[in-house]
Amino acid sequence: MEKDGNTILDEVTKSEYKYGFYTDIEMDMAPKGLNEDIIRFISAKKNEPDWMLEFRLKAYRYWLTIKEPNWAHLHHPAINYNEIIFYAAPKKKKQLAGLDEVDPELLDTFKKLGISLEEQKRLSGVAVDAVIDSVSVKTTFTDTLSKLGIIFCSFSEAVQNHPDLVKQYIGSVVPYTDNYFAALNSAVFTDGSFCYIPKGVRCPVELSTYFRINAANTGQFERTLIVGDEGSYVSYMEGCTAPQRDENQLHAAIVEIVAMKDAEIKYSTVQNWYPGNAKGEGGIYNFVTKRGMCRGAASKISWTQVETGSAITWKYPSCILMGDHSVGEFYSVAVTNNYQQADTGSKMIHLGKNTKSTIISKGISAGHSSNSYRGLVRMTRRAENSRNFSQCDSLLLGDKCGAHTFPYIQTENKSSIVEHEATTSKISDDQLFYCQQRGISAESAIGLIVNGYAKEVLKQLPMEFAVEAQKLLSISLEGSVG
Amino acid sequence: MEILTKDFSLAAQMVKLFDDNHDLIFKSDTPEITDRRKIALEVFKRLGFPDNKDEKWRNTDLKKSLQAEYNYYFEPTFQKGIDLARIFQCNIPHLETDMISQLNGWFISENGGIKKHADGVIVGSLAVAQKEFPDLFDQHFGRYADNEKSGFVALNNAFACDGVFIYVPDNVQVKMPIQIVNIIHHDQNIFVQNHNLVILGKNSQLQLVQCDDSVDHQRSLINTVTEVFIGENASLDHYKLQNKNDVATLINSLFFHQERDSRLSTNCITLNGGIIRNENYVRMNGENCEANILGVYLVDKFQHVDNQVFVDHAFPNCQSSELFKGIVDDSARAVFNGHILVRPDAQKTNAYQNNKNILLTDKATVNSQPFLEIYADDVKCSHGATVGQLDETAMFYLRSRGISIENSRMLLMYAFAAEIINHIKIEPLKIRIDDMVKKRLRGELSVCEQCVLHCSTMEKPINFEIDLSKI
Repeated sequence: MEKDGNTILDEVTKSEYKYGFYTDIEMDMAPKGLNEDIIRFISAKKNEPDWMLEFRLKAYRYWLTIKEPNWAHLHHPAINYNEIIFYAAPKKKKQLAGLDEVDPELLDTFKKLGISLEEQKRLSGVAVDAVIDSVSVKTTFTDTLSKLGIIFCSFSEAVQNHPDLVKQYIGSVVPYTDNYFAALNSAVFTDGSFCYIPKGVRCPVELSTYFRINAANTGQFERTLIVGDEGSYVSYMEGCTAPQRDENQLHAAIVEIVAMKDAEIKYSTVQNWYPGNAKGEGGIYNFVTKRGMCRGAASKISWTQVETGSAITWKYPSCILMGDHSVGEFYSVAVTNNYQQADTGSKMIHLGKNTKSTIISKGISAGHSSNSYRGLVRMTRRAENSRNFSQCDSLLLGDKCGAHTFPYIQTENKSSIVEHEATTSKISDDQLFYCQQRGISAESAIGLIVNGYAKEVLKQLPMEFAVEAQKLLSISLEGSVG
Repeated sequence: MEILTKDFSLAAQMVKLFDDNHDLIFKSDTPEITDRRKIALEVFKRLGFPDNKDEKWRNTDLKKSLQAEYNYYFEPTFQKGIDLARIFQCNIPHLETDMISQLNGWFISENGGIKKHADGVIVGSLAVAQKEFPDLFDQHFGRYADNEKSGFVALNNAFACDGVFIYVPDNVQVKMPIQIVNIIHHDQNIFVQNHNLVILGKNSQLQLVQCDDSVDHQRSLINTVTEVFIGENASLDHYKLQNKNDVATLINSLFFHQERDSRLSTNCITLNGGIIRNENYVRMNGENCEANILGVYLVDKFQHVDNQVFVDHAFPNCQSSELFKGIVDDSARAVFNGHILVRPDAQKTNAYQNNKNILLTDKATVNSQPFLEIYADDVKCSHGATVGQLDETAMFYLRSRGISIENSRMLLMYAFAAEIINHIKIEPLKIRIDDMVKKRLRGELSVCEQCVLHCSTMEKPINFEIDLSKI
């Protein structure tokens, strides 16, 4: 399909946040606030076994004893946890057997988001698990996957159908005692995705989860668990959007990844939660704990993220490199505009010998936003001959925004090499002049330069995502020039 | 003399000590200074001594140092029968300096404690300066050392009784470097708090060498605050040499306040010490300031060195550059925490930050945190940090030319440190420090019976036994 230049320009300049619509679906909601009864209510709604309820209650009791962290370079009013609805689900009357039975309103929602479940299933060969207000509504491609022994389903289904696997791995990478938001999530998580790749299986399709917050005043607390058994491979994608609202909504998710011997897991995120309007009102508070553990030798976990949304992003996808020769990677582009704040980065904890990690982080800040990279590289005593390379660049567009870098480097053995480098600069006038001289408008020139700057990370994304991410980049920065 | 026992926390004892000794602490204060001390103590009560929960102190554990018993003095105290002349024989060959001696934090002098030179330069004791030059003292004392930075700074601001006072009037270039030698020598454990004040007028120039040494092996806790005011277009060349014993704890807070067009170069050389923490705060309070902050640390055994650098770019067109290099051996720990803040209107700022470390053993630890906090867009800022080992190919090159392992290692380590030493602009001092670094790397330099700069009398120049014709 060919579009002429004008329509594209129109589309780009007019789109503010194109996912800001709200779908009127009949919802099943818990009352506002959080207490043990709410947790029992959630657990009962989901028909969970006792051990799961126990896990939630333990996490909740621990959560009560700790305080919200304040070390991040973020400023926001205190979150009132009693004003949040911790459970909201599209009303389901019965188990769904096929797409035909899904609420048409819901299907429409996903069409608007550009993920027609039906079409994607047939054309792109991507298996999608769509999560709306933290309840998984539809997983596609289950049949193809199950032939290979791959389990890809919603978390609640996994609790019902594969309790042993869930019990074995839940909390093994991110224990509920890990941090404030992890404890909260462990207590109230409502759904999410579960994925298990058996020994020696190479997952033929990209697995994808689409998260959406729909209802007002709700928080989304999903939990993703990916286990790659020996010698397996999977590429997993995650996308998120939310309606445009004036109040702030909380999103506190957990992603746990376990890679056994020789397994490789690639996790890509395009995060586009509603960032708030140009005045900084509304938007999602995104407090996410993502961590992967390279448990076996020569395993590999790779994180790629494009962060353009959320009023506040607090997120540090990490790798614990436990197995010898294991590899951890982190590629990130974080864009903040208007009054967005991001404090994001990665942790690479080297425990095994000859482990390698790479961190490439590109921050772009515009408007009144604040964009921080915060990362830790730790070489423990045992991690002989390990290697890390980190590069964090920041690009400033405008003189009202901030770009910060807070790397932590800890080395405890003599044979490891750690390198960190970072630069902060603005788009040089020379580059702009060069483009403009050749008839490229200032806005497009900036888009071009920014895309070039982020290329190193974007090329790590799966194809479908890369296109979306590039578009997102230019939309997010729109109006930030001049 | 007051004995601080470990039955109560040191912080509580210090507060009590302050309340009990108002007459001694406030004796030559103007009411305004007394008020500033009281405010500082209130801040200390709130902050207390830092512990590991404090983000800035996560990697430096002072528990042991703060739990020991110390003596605290409100007047000069020296061990009986001590030969002052023998201790302070410090000199640098071929370099004439104007030397100031401090023993246990107290100024020592035969001529009334303060000297006013013909060109108006004042050098002497802070206590005397407070009485004789109250205007200068009130104008600057406690103005730059921000109580909120840490409990130590607040405590020092509350208690400060003596230290060194230097005043260079406008348009005066001091020819002869001034050397401050601060020696701790006592038969008991002591807690020392001295406060130095250095004021440079407009267009003036000064070279300052500051040495911290221990003479014996007693435990000591030293909390030094140095405030430096660098006036418009003034230039300061500052060197800090630290050679303390293995049980000494030294908290050294330096506050540089730069006015427009001023230049600062500070170079910190840490050779030995129990726990050494250097906090450098540089505030650029005008346009076109330049600051070079350099440091080299050579630590081994169970030593701990912590360098904190905070550069505040408050105005446009300023430049700062940081370079810290360290060699960490045995079970030693090195911490570097650099923080560059570029405020919203500080456009055209150039700021660089670099920390390089060599780890020689598997028990040594390096923690490096080079932070950038930037609120202006037209800036060039970068930082880098590396931790690694001696370069194997370079080792091979030297070994293949018949140089012993020991010598090759020495040579490479020395070359690594030399990058900093080469920045020393006072030639005789450079040669001397060069010499000391070589000795230190060979393990020949210990905490000496004498001041560092004196003990290693250079009878014959030290050379690596390398046949250069082979290279």
